Amino acid sequence: MEEVKTMADMAANGQKPDVLFWVGCAGSFDQRAQKVTRSFVKILNHLGIKFAVLGKEESCTGDPAKRAGNEFVFQMLALQNIEVMNAYGVQEIVTTCPHCFNILRNEYPALGGKYKVKHHTQFLQDMIDQGKIKMTEGGSFKGKTITYHDSCYLGRANEVYEAPRKVLEQLDADLVEMKSHKARGLCCGAGGAQMFKEEEHGTMRINDARTAEALDTNANIVATGCPFCSTMISDGVKGKDRQATVKVFDIAELLAAGQGLETI
Amino acid sequence: MATVISSICFLVFVGVAIFFAYRGFHGVYRNIMLGRSEDFSDNKSERFKTMMLVAFGQKKMFKRPVAALLHFVIYSSFIITQIELIEIFIDGIFGTHRFIYHAWENIPALRALYVFAISFIEILSVLTFAVTVAFLWRRDMLRLPRFNKPEMKGWPNLDAHLILVFEMILITCIFMMNSFDMAANGGKYGFWISGYIAHGWRGMDEGLMEIFEKIGWWGHLAMVMVFLVYLSYSKHLHIVLAFFNTYYSRLTPKGYIANMPAVTREVKLMLDPNAQVEPGPADGSMPKFGAKDIFDLSWKNLLDAYTCTECGRCTAQCPANLTGKKLSPRKIMMDVRDRMEEVGGIMDAHKGVWQDDGKTLIENGYISVEELRACTTCNACVEECPVNISPLDIIMQLRRSLIMEDSNSPNEWNGMFANLENNAAPWQYSQQDRLNWVKE
Repeated sequence: MEEVKTMADMAANGQKPDVLFWVGCAGSFDQRAQKVTRSFVKILNHLGIKFAVLGKEESCTGDPAKRAGNEFVFQMLALQNIEVMNAYGVQEIVTTCPHCFNILRNEYPALGGKYKVKHHTQFLQDMIDQGKIKMTEGGSFKGKTITYHDSCYLGRANEVYEAPRKVLEQLDADLVEMKSHKARGLCCGAGGAQMFKEEEHGTMRINDARTAEALDTNANIVATGCPFCSTMISDGVKGKDRQATVKVFDIAELLAAGQGLETI
Repeated sequence: MATVISSICFLVFVGVAIFFAYRGFHGVYRNIMLGRSEDFSDNKSERFKTMMLVAFGQKKMFKRPVAALLHFVIYSSFIITQIELIEIFIDGIFGTHRFIYHAWENIPALRALYVFAISFIEILSVLTFAVTVAFLWRRDMLRLPRFNKPEMKGWPNLDAHLILVFEMILITCIFMMNSFDMAANGGKYGFWISGYIAHGWRGMDEGLMEIFEKIGWWGHLAMVMVFLVYLSYSKHLHIVLAFFNTYYSRLTPKGYIANMPAVTREVKLMLDPNAQVEPGPADGSMPKFGAKDIFDLSWKNLLDAYTCTECGRCTAQCPANLTGKKLSPRKIMMDVRDRMEEVGGIMDAHKGVWQDDGKTLIENGYISVEELRACTTCNACVEECPVNISPLDIIMQLRRSLIMEDSNSPNEWNGMFANLENNAAPWQYSQQDRLNWVKE
């Protein structure tokens, strides 16, 4: 069990973390995403980062409500979160979810929540740039091929294309790009609160279209930086019955494995 | 006498064309101003830079290099060809013939400049003619999917073809004018391309050549005026509005969707009745949440719609459209514009006063609920648009109205909203369990 402190724990001891790890709903409850949360915590602890989570005081950022069109529910949640975070004097946030990242970075400031927000791949890139994470040559990823799926809310929405790729470069694997990537990346189908409803009538599912592009690269691993993309593409891979040979992992899991903090 | 009649014809013709063009453009401006206000007065230098790069420099077009190159030929030729109009207007008003040439005839450097300018326009015109043929071929023979989506049937398809055909007639007239002029004057101007064509007119009666030259001259002028009037009724309007639209680009990150101050006020009062909030509407009316019709959209959304030239790059990249859903971002823009035209028509019929026709932009043959629900908010359409249009901004405002005004939401979303309100997560898990992941 990893050591995780909450903001409340720290405040009780008169401490303040350097960074708040915003876990998000998927990271808190979705079994697959929980694993990613733990991998990222392992990396944070390994690096000796003084961090904390909000735990029971964290509410959904309101992203699915806002994108569905329910501004009321969004702002109710946002104002609560901002009140909690401002009370703790939060200044920096890191999150493993691009949807949380986007909304905290772009839409919270006007409601009074002004923080320095990083996606975990940006945070990890900083660690690499500072020399705190080093490349693992000949590690468990040697000879493997990885393709990275750009999540819309990290990529187009906030133009973060290089950080995730930079982290993957540390793994000494071969990186290949899908037909649609970076600014032209194809959505996994989950955004805009689609994750929480059936797709509209069409000729195929969006996640199947994206998965087909991923499989076309013949990569062994599809890397993502978003819990919802992970779910959608994992479902797509299972739908094609390729789950034995093609694995979907978050970049945090890959890096944790590459650094020997866990095995995958 | 003939000169005077010709001058009068010219002035009357151009005057009538400008009158109708003004009426058309004024209608477009009036319709755009039907939108609610939105402030774009910030960052003037960045806005100017964006306009120069994206509209003038065609930066985003070059994501599709072949199409971009072809388009650039027409675009640059269009801009440069306008130089010719200076002389055409002088000749038209004063009944002269190639006034600038004759004024510069005995000054070698200036004469060379004149011949070069006209010849350069001729070369661009030949290239443009070829590109026009290529564009028709791409539409009708290659049948590129993005030009043949359901929303392109009927008028949009005719509109696209008319523009290309007008273009071809205009260029034909330029060469008629120049080549018969060359032939009738023993080739003294020395224009590069029409010189070759003039060889074909050898032996023709000189009077006949002058008549053909006149037909070319008037035909060219007529097509320029046709374009001027036609613009405000056509998707071709992008040649003007692209500059304005890129200047008024949204400069925030694409992922940003503005918060609604009206909601902030309500929510703050709900959480704390004594909260300090911005005052509501002065007349005490209930604020409207989201957009149902063009009046609720901002003027920038409406400018977006008139700027759209229906190229369909947005739709070609839309994940919903790619997988067979009804949503097409281009159709969103076309529907907004069509609704504006409908509203404008009703206003024109009632002395400029709006008479409620009981319709809105949602359903009524415009944007369906199914289309609005298919959007993943992925921003692919926004990224693709060569003139910085945002279909997503409109989709989001319409979605807000569906949810907050009409409670028109899929059941699964209602469940999700309830979970968010009750346990602060989209799923039915207790907030008390938010740290359970640590224990695994």
